[in-house]
Amino acid sequence: MPHWLVEPGLWSNAAVHTGVTVGVVVAVVSAWVGLFTVLRSQSFAGHALADVATAGGAGAGLFGWSPLAGFVSGAVLGAGAMEAIGVERVRQRDVATGVVLGAATGLSALFLYLVSLNSTNSGTTQLVLFGSLFLVSSTTLWIVLGVSVVLSLVLAVIGRPLLFASVSPDAARARGVAVSRVAVLFTLVMAVTVGLSAIVLGSVLSTALLIGPPASALRLGRGLAQTAFASVALGAAAAALGVVVSYDSFYWWPSHRALPVSFCVVALIILELALVNLWRWHGARREAA
Amino acid sequence: MNDTVVEVRGVDVELAGHRVLSDVNFHIEAGEFAGLIGSNGAGKTTLLRLMLGLVDATRGEVLWPGDAREQRRVGYVPQKVNLDVDVPLRVCDFVALGLDGHRYGLRRRTRATWQRVDEVLDAVEALDLGSRRIGALSGGELQRVLLAHALVSRPELLLLDEPLANLDPGATQDIVDLLSRVHRRERVAVLLSAHDINSLIGVMDRVVYIANAHVASGPTDEVVRPDVLSALYGHHVDVVRVHGRVLVVTGDVSAVAVPEHPDLVVE
Amino acid sequence: MFSSFMTNAWLVGTVVALLAGATGFFVVMRGSSFAAHAVPNGAFAGAAGATLVGVTPLVGLISFSVLAALGIGASRRHRSDVATALALVSMLALGAAFLSLSAAYEPQVDALLFGEILGVSSSQLGPVVVIAALCLAALAAMYRPLVFQAAAPDLAAARGLNPTVLEMGFMLTLALGAALTVPVVGALLAFSLTVGPPAAARLLTRRPGVALAGSMGLSVLTLWAAIASAYQSDLPVGFFVGTYSALVYVAARATMRRHARRA
Repeated sequence: MPHWLVEPGLWSNAAVHTGVTVGVVVAVVSAWVGLFTVLRSQSFAGHALADVATAGGAGAGLFGWSPLAGFVSGAVLGAGAMEAIGVERVRQRDVATGVVLGAATGLSALFLYLVSLNSTNSGTTQLVLFGSLFLVSSTTLWIVLGVSVVLSLVLAVIGRPLLFASVSPDAARARGVAVSRVAVLFTLVMAVTVGLSAIVLGSVLSTALLIGPPASALRLGRGLAQTAFASVALGAAAAALGVVVSYDSFYWWPSHRALPVSFCVVALIILELALVNLWRWHGARREAA
Repeated sequence: MNDTVVEVRGVDVELAGHRVLSDVNFHIEAGEFAGLIGSNGAGKTTLLRLMLGLVDATRGEVLWPGDAREQRRVGYVPQKVNLDVDVPLRVCDFVALGLDGHRYGLRRRTRATWQRVDEVLDAVEALDLGSRRIGALSGGELQRVLLAHALVSRPELLLLDEPLANLDPGATQDIVDLLSRVHRRERVAVLLSAHDINSLIGVMDRVVYIANAHVASGPTDEVVRPDVLSALYGHHVDVVRVHGRVLVVTGDVSAVAVPEHPDLVVE
Repeated sequence: MFSSFMTNAWLVGTVVALLAGATGFFVVMRGSSFAAHAVPNGAFAGAAGATLVGVTPLVGLISFSVLAALGIGASRRHRSDVATALALVSMLALGAAFLSLSAAYEPQVDALLFGEILGVSSSQLGPVVVIAALCLAALAAMYRPLVFQAAAPDLAAARGLNPTVLEMGFMLTLALGAALTVPVVGALLAFSLTVGPPAAARLLTRRPGVALAGSMGLSVLTLWAAIASAYQSDLPVGFFVGTYSALVYVAARATMRRHARRA
């Protein structure tokens, strides 16, 4: 790699190595799961689950449990609460998600406060919100990798009926698809995905990687496979490049203050979306001419 | 009585590059009862939405003699309204929005407002529904309430989108009777879209027949004829009368299935 | 608990809760909870940006939340939830970048996210009351069109209501309100009050006026209870605002269900 792109020492740093790997793995699953999230208009739930997972993570930190377990179980519990409140109509789903999100942020406030009382560690809040890609241990990496594979497979299995149920629930029901069971299963898959990504990337990036790449891909691809491929590629690219840019930015200012990874990845995701839109716009103009 | 309440002149509509309406011309006179007849997907809803200003014409115009847009006196009953079950609105609140829902500012509703609301609820035989929650009505009840909502501002023209869809024959007759009573009592012109012409034959003054993106309009007997409709469809069409019912048969006459009117069966 | 240093907290809290209850009535009716969650985060980024540049926080708060609101409002038609999500993460990421560049202290960040109602100063009181009054007046002026549009968007448009104007008007009010509430109750919790109590109020009545008043009332009660609990227990206000808001909604649901069974 030429030096103008990558500052020296990037690849010799083990933490960065792990960080990039785990970031890309999570980005790939998020982009795949997120495609269905966007198609089903569940962005709000997808985002809220990240904040709920955060509450779980903060709680786990307080009681000394494994943060990974805290994040994932928080998200799964939150998804269960949303389903329990009732999700028949879009606007009711909106309220259910909002109520759960409100309660969860309240809990986060409590847990983070208590954690800050008990520890001398500063920066817990920002850590939880904005992630800690460079602090991921190699054990966590393997767990994340394993869970990601399982999630991707589950989604691949339920992908067709889920798509059918999302586009036309009645027709799907008539063809024997268990629409509500598939929906609950998907919410569960989404919850675990978001829990995973929230712990390694923080709740901000979790939402960005879940929604951004699929939103771009839906403007590019035609079939499900093509769109999914575009989504995954865009997500992985944004995650990998984001980490590199963030690492580089340490050398940009004399003050040596790096831009946060979350900012760099989000900026790249927005850039991708803008380029896709520009390309589409250009294509439409050429077609009209 | 022969004032024109609306005139559609030379209108083309394209939606997503697809021509939905082509050179559409017709007018509705004051106090008339007109049926907008055409098969599903023929462009009836688009035509109604065009008249309401919710869809733009690619060419041509919709003329409302006299009034500016804000005062245009037209009531609209859509085919479907998605209401939340727990939306905090009573039926009477919802009907009153037909009078003042478009006005900014907080003006108190007067006794006259509520009297008018009761009057139209009575006209559509739904006075007893007044204090029910709007989201908790059955389909038939909601349809009456939507009708009251459209009528409350004393429109000159009432546009109804498929009010007879998904009704059994008895209920269809009830709604047609109700509409024709309301039409006379409120002295309002009606343009009602339907895919079946038969239930409206007795009450229609004028038919606006839409097929193949084109429209023919006039008295029923002058429009529903093989030569007029064949020109509209662009290929041969037969008009068959069976037991006082009209069947428009496209293609092979010997076929029992009538593609344009799937709910009709040749007796 | 009612000592002079708490007076500001009670006053500001009441004003903020009244506004949140009123805004929330429309938020729930329009199904725009996600926007109501995202806009305060725009305000958070603005405050962080203002710290970096060195201008009054209120300027950053207002300009960024207005920016977020207009961005969301402009793309309301097609996949609005996606646009909202992207606006939200952009704002939060900007906030993170501002913070790391300006090296703000952790307590300041926590305050922006979770609020510090107990530390409201008298000088903050004036602007809060003025902006809240403006927002409430704007909501009152848009009351019927907003209700009409929320209940039946097609009918409202057919009656000549411009959906874009109404959307932008509402989003701007939401943004001003957020800019006001964020420093007081925090970006994450300004939101709780705008969903829980209003969603509860609409279950309990079918009269729109009563639902609006009830929403404001429940919101104020929720916040009062939260302040009192926080004062007694020494735990963060945000925790109580979040849980009490959810509890109010759950209680309303339970009441409804009992009613339904008896009827």
